Amino acid sequence: MSVKEAMGCKEHFRKAVWETPFHARTSALNIVNQWHAWKDYTTADAFFDEQLEYAAIRNACAVFDLTPMTKHLITGPDALAFLNRLVTRDVAKIRPGMVGYTIWCDDNGQVIDDGTIFHLREGVYRLCSQERQLDWLTRNAFGFDVTIVEDTHDVAGLALQGPTSCAVLKAIGCTGVQNLKPFAIGFFQFHGTELTVSRTGFTGDLGYELWIEPAQALELWDALFDKGKIHGIRPMGTHALEVARIEAGFLAAQVDFHPADQTIMADRSRSPFELDLGRLVDFGKPCFNGRRALLAEQAKGSRYRFVRLDVEGNKPARSAYIYDKDKNVVGTVTSAEWSPSAKKNIALASLHMPWGRPGDELWAEIYYQRELKWYKVMARCQVAEQPFWDPPRKRATPAQDY
Amino acid sequence: MTDRSRIVIVGGGHNGLVCAAYLARAGREVTVVEAASQVGGAAVTREFAPGFRASGCAHLLYQLDRGIARELGLESHGLKFARRDLKTVALAQSGDHLVLDAGRAVAGTLPDSDRAGLAAWRARMLKFARIVAKQHNRLPPRLGGGGRADLMGTAKLGLDIRLLGREDMREFLRIAGINIYDVLEENFESPLLKGALAIDAVLGANLGPRSNNSVLSLLHRLSGEAAGGGGPALPAGGMGAVSEALAAAARAAGATVRTGVPVRRITLDGDRVSGVELENGEKIAAGTVVSNADPATTLLKLVGARNLETGFVHRVRHFRHKGMAAKLHLALEALPTIARLPSELAGERLVIAPDLVYLEHAFDAAKYGRTSPEPALEVTIPSLSDKSLAPAGKHVLSAVVLYAPYDERANGEAARRELLDRSLAVLDRHAPGLRRQVIASELLLPADIEREFRITGGHWHHGELALDQFIMLRPVPGAAQYRMPLSGLYLCGAGCHPGGGVMGSAGRNAANAVIASERAA
Amino acid sequence: MTKYDAIVIGAGHNGLTNAAYLARAGLKVLVVERNPWIGGAAVSREIEKGWMYSNCSYVCSLLRPELFRDLELARHGLQVVPYGGGVSITSNGDILGNYTHEEVQRREFARHNPRDADAYDRYSTDVMRQCKFIRPMLLRTPPDPTSFKPRDLKEMIFLGKELKKFGEQFIYDTLRFYSMSIADFLNEYFESDTIKCHLSGSGIIGSAMGVYSPGTAYVLLHHYMGDVDGSIGAWGFARGGMGAVSKSIANALKSFGGEIVVDAPVRQVIVKGGRVAGVATENGTEYYADVVVSNLDPRRTYTKIFDPKDLPPVIVEKAKNWKIRGSSGKLNIALDGLPEFPALGKDNPLAFGDIHFLDSLEKMERAYDDWKNGTWSKEPYLDLLIPSMTDPTMAPPGKHFMSVFVQYVPPFIHGREWTDADREGFKNTVLDQIGRYSPNFRSLVRHVECRTPRELEAEVGLTEGNIFHGELTMDQLLFNRPFPGYAQYRGPIRGFYMCGSGTHPGGGVMSAPGANAAREILMDLGRPNIVPEGWSDD
Repeated sequence: MSVKEAMGCKEHFRKAVWETPFHARTSALNIVNQWHAWKDYTTADAFFDEQLEYAAIRNACAVFDLTPMTKHLITGPDALAFLNRLVTRDVAKIRPGMVGYTIWCDDNGQVIDDGTIFHLREGVYRLCSQERQLDWLTRNAFGFDVTIVEDTHDVAGLALQGPTSCAVLKAIGCTGVQNLKPFAIGFFQFHGTELTVSRTGFTGDLGYELWIEPAQALELWDALFDKGKIHGIRPMGTHALEVARIEAGFLAAQVDFHPADQTIMADRSRSPFELDLGRLVDFGKPCFNGRRALLAEQAKGSRYRFVRLDVEGNKPARSAYIYDKDKNVVGTVTSAEWSPSAKKNIALASLHMPWGRPGDELWAEIYYQRELKWYKVMARCQVAEQPFWDPPRKRATPAQDY
Repeated sequence: MTDRSRIVIVGGGHNGLVCAAYLARAGREVTVVEAASQVGGAAVTREFAPGFRASGCAHLLYQLDRGIARELGLESHGLKFARRDLKTVALAQSGDHLVLDAGRAVAGTLPDSDRAGLAAWRARMLKFARIVAKQHNRLPPRLGGGGRADLMGTAKLGLDIRLLGREDMREFLRIAGINIYDVLEENFESPLLKGALAIDAVLGANLGPRSNNSVLSLLHRLSGEAAGGGGPALPAGGMGAVSEALAAAARAAGATVRTGVPVRRITLDGDRVSGVELENGEKIAAGTVVSNADPATTLLKLVGARNLETGFVHRVRHFRHKGMAAKLHLALEALPTIARLPSELAGERLVIAPDLVYLEHAFDAAKYGRTSPEPALEVTIPSLSDKSLAPAGKHVLSAVVLYAPYDERANGEAARRELLDRSLAVLDRHAPGLRRQVIASELLLPADIEREFRITGGHWHHGELALDQFIMLRPVPGAAQYRMPLSGLYLCGAGCHPGGGVMGSAGRNAANAVIASERAA
Repeated sequence: MTKYDAIVIGAGHNGLTNAAYLARAGLKVLVVERNPWIGGAAVSREIEKGWMYSNCSYVCSLLRPELFRDLELARHGLQVVPYGGGVSITSNGDILGNYTHEEVQRREFARHNPRDADAYDRYSTDVMRQCKFIRPMLLRTPPDPTSFKPRDLKEMIFLGKELKKFGEQFIYDTLRFYSMSIADFLNEYFESDTIKCHLSGSGIIGSAMGVYSPGTAYVLLHHYMGDVDGSIGAWGFARGGMGAVSKSIANALKSFGGEIVVDAPVRQVIVKGGRVAGVATENGTEYYADVVVSNLDPRRTYTKIFDPKDLPPVIVEKAKNWKIRGSSGKLNIALDGLPEFPALGKDNPLAFGDIHFLDSLEKMERAYDDWKNGTWSKEPYLDLLIPSMTDPTMAPPGKHFMSVFVQYVPPFIHGREWTDADREGFKNTVLDQIGRYSPNFRSLVRHVECRTPRELEAEVGLTEGNIFHGELTMDQLLFNRPFPGYAQYRGPIRGFYMCGSGTHPGGGVMSAPGANAAREILMDLGRPNIVPEGWSDD
């Protein structure tokens, strides 16, 4: 029985966390047997060695099971108009066969979630998000001729990320995949079914996301690992991915921002500007959720600024308070890691305005322990204007084999 | 004049006309577009049978703002009254009756304690209603947001309540949110008196006597009288005469009033309104559109949900606007004789709500989407004081019938016939033989009112008058200051503060809001 | 006769809490209780040999954890175990369960309506916001909005600041929430009638209002604002029944040197020279103190235990107008085995919580109509629990105790007293409803304690059997509870105080009224405050 079948019957309670269609393979490879629950499914924290899994992302390629990601299929004559009212960016600019990263806000211009819109075919869209959105999407659908179906469980997803990822895809028969530009979608035949490949990912590197019917999931996995062996393919868990996404400067809902519709206190949500995502706000659209509030915010100024920090030393600044030069708390770190690729101690942080301008003197209060003895350091932070990891191969088209 | 400075008012109901008159007086170029062939919206006089005319919805004038009437010179524009300060005659099942004239019981039997209590009760209710009335001509303040004016507005509201004096303030805060059943039970014994007082608290509302909010609903009804407007009145020529006078005033001030031109949609140019498009295809360009239509019609239909933000649309969709009252019009061969009631009292306001339980039971059926098996009625025979409404010697009976829910289970021809029959049965019980005097009849269910007067849900007040839809919450939080969250769009109807009743304040307040925002811009 | 520093009338949980704090502050305190046992409505009694019934209140969530900790109730014998489930069973055999695992719970909602499953997150956030707003108010004395005293102004400012923390929108939402019906409130979130009626039960428990009555949304909050170990909205069982709560507080009281005398119904509060002097019991004993505190409800306090001459007439009037309508009944049932609910299937954990039999909001509203019409509901709303599944002390091994709370039950039948035949009819209405969902139930019934509002009044002293000491509507909450101007626990006579559920923050086994009243009394006596402040849980 699948989770989808279970959902239809009273007995579903007998199993709380389910396995993805890749589980037969992921569980066999997971020699450390480390898992956590991601929505309906169990998902690997790590498979064999977090550092080596990370190294595979940057040096060869690594595979991550994306199936638990929430997905909604949006169709109907008003699909575009609906999406354009929903999200802050102009969806008309996402042509068929392209993907766009976006955010969506409530009326107050506070971010509910971020995600990707796949314009699969003319007028057929898939919205992928961290949080479940069926209620919000349905509320939004009033007045639109649009059909919304949550199809999370109908699509198995894998992320294949890293410099050799294109080579592996070519090897499994995705002819011409190298010509996909960043954020482009390609459709390929795989063992008689359609394999959808998008040049997207959460690592800030050359990489793809693969979407297929659950029944074909294991065949896809096997083909990738068979053909990928000579390209250094490895499975990766969320721990390795987390390092890569912070290097890339991507946000995670519930980590770097709290979804506005689940936020109790008014000052705990964030606007797009406060997440450094102003580029995703298109005021050229006459109406979208949050537009009026965001215009007002633009005029009045934001409360917070979201920054990348380059933290002195080598102790990750997880959950650290950030101070100004006068020892006032001016914000907190939302995500932090040692960046193995940049060889920097990196962090993402939300600071009160006006702090976070390049050159501001900022300090992170870091606690760490050695042999159970706790230490505190005040580490100087530089606001980084560029992402910590942004290789040319991420954008180069046609993609090379590297 | 440029298109940008033109103002179009969608709907020539009384509030739309008031708004037009004030804007025109302030020198604006104003065009009112009304769908029906006559102005007035729900404040109209309709010929429901050849030679017989009655007020289409509300049939008594309670709350017309005196300031508005004076400033717009409604009397000079033809407004006359057939009757003022109608007495209330409560009819009992037994054939007894009780006559209430302002705070006094002038006929009928009452325990002494009730008689004494009635005066005190009325004084107190009017005192509380004055708090409500004081808010009518103010812009509802934003709470905890907005600017200095909002803070002042909030403080004023607080101060009004505080100035009641400590004991009355406490009593006001205690009863404002509760139900009329409890409060009447605390004060009175006579079932007939309690029934008669309670019907004013539930008339036209989705409330039974035991429903909280019914005291508030009563205070709202009394607010016109509390502000010095006198008791219920019958305009000569029916309610339509009020609208005609308002239209004349608006025209005199320079506004254009067009009838028979339904609006198809409110047009937009980017993120602001650009005018209206009529059903006939004609487009009228305007920088400001003020809608007298109800919030759902205006925002969801004429503007369209897709042009508004989702949270706001959600709130508008849940604005409670389910109509609960039907309107009965009877053309009568002769004046009905009401058992034991002196004939000179037949022209007063007759109330059939013999006790609280009767009224509550009537409401129970409506909760489940059915019309009341034993309806309660507020009856007038306006032709007694206004000969223009019926052929000589014949009469018109106009009644508000409680309850008729806006619900698919209580809709359609069968439901209409059934409620008509029940209403006639109740009337016939008090006025034996009345059934045989009926020449023609009309019963407007909420669905009919929705269709006839273009009010979503057929609710007389465009939406429930309850604490959750009152003052700064009306129609919905974030849009209570007449300005909608779409540049250039305003609401001016009963769906805004201070709500329904032929009052005109919403229209004037909206005009002020339009002018104030022009100044700010 | 010894003179006490303070006398508390009524050994309910609030009276005991009040006395405990006064005793702990060094006062010589006496609690006088009319029953041979203590606890008021928080009581466990062995009516059937081997079974311990929670005769009145039956579950625990609202008891302030600050007081639990401060009075060391754990040391004094109190243990609270959380529910393991909760379910509504519909007449077509389907269920809607409360599963503890978040994803299982979501799937359970999604089974009924996928959109509602997602909407539940938004609903929970919005209700949680209301909880977070009100929780800090529970251990505070409500300000008098008509007063310009520095303390009242300070409290009003505190209230304003709290409101502001949540933003402008929240102020509007709060005004709406406090005045809406639970049905209208739920309609703004959900589509499924099953989900709506499953959630709406908390809006009517103990209340003489229907799900369609404006004002019921707040009643829901009143049942959500408690917690079990920080899990806000969760409910639990007091091990040993609800009497364990009272017993533990009584133990705390005794450890501070307080005294309790039982079998001592108070006839009258003694008033001398415009201030209280003590109490006189029915058997003629008089106890003296300068402070007298009533744990009784406001109606009973001011119409039953005072010489009316001693009171300002306006107070008697207010007490008569106090809305305290009995609307609930209770069946306590000893069972020879565990009843089966076929709709739940085998080994379903949902039975470890509250069980309801529901179909639609309309059916629930009709249950209220019956009450309005002067009779018990023909299809009542039941809040049914089998505490013995969780708590082994409630029944002999293999046997069970079932607590059935019944909404709606009127204090009088068509205005007259209950007859034995009525009682039997009421009992059978309830047993039949349970029997329809549990085929083996009736054969397991060994003993039934049937309690209409009349029994609740006769035994516990609750006027009309109202479990909250008065309706939880806006007109009777915060600074209006019990009466405007008397919400700071002080009565109209010097030295007289109120500490029951008829004072802020109201009903439920919360102990906050008792503790808050103690704070005011200590302040009046010029003693340092020892009543803990509420924890911030923002």
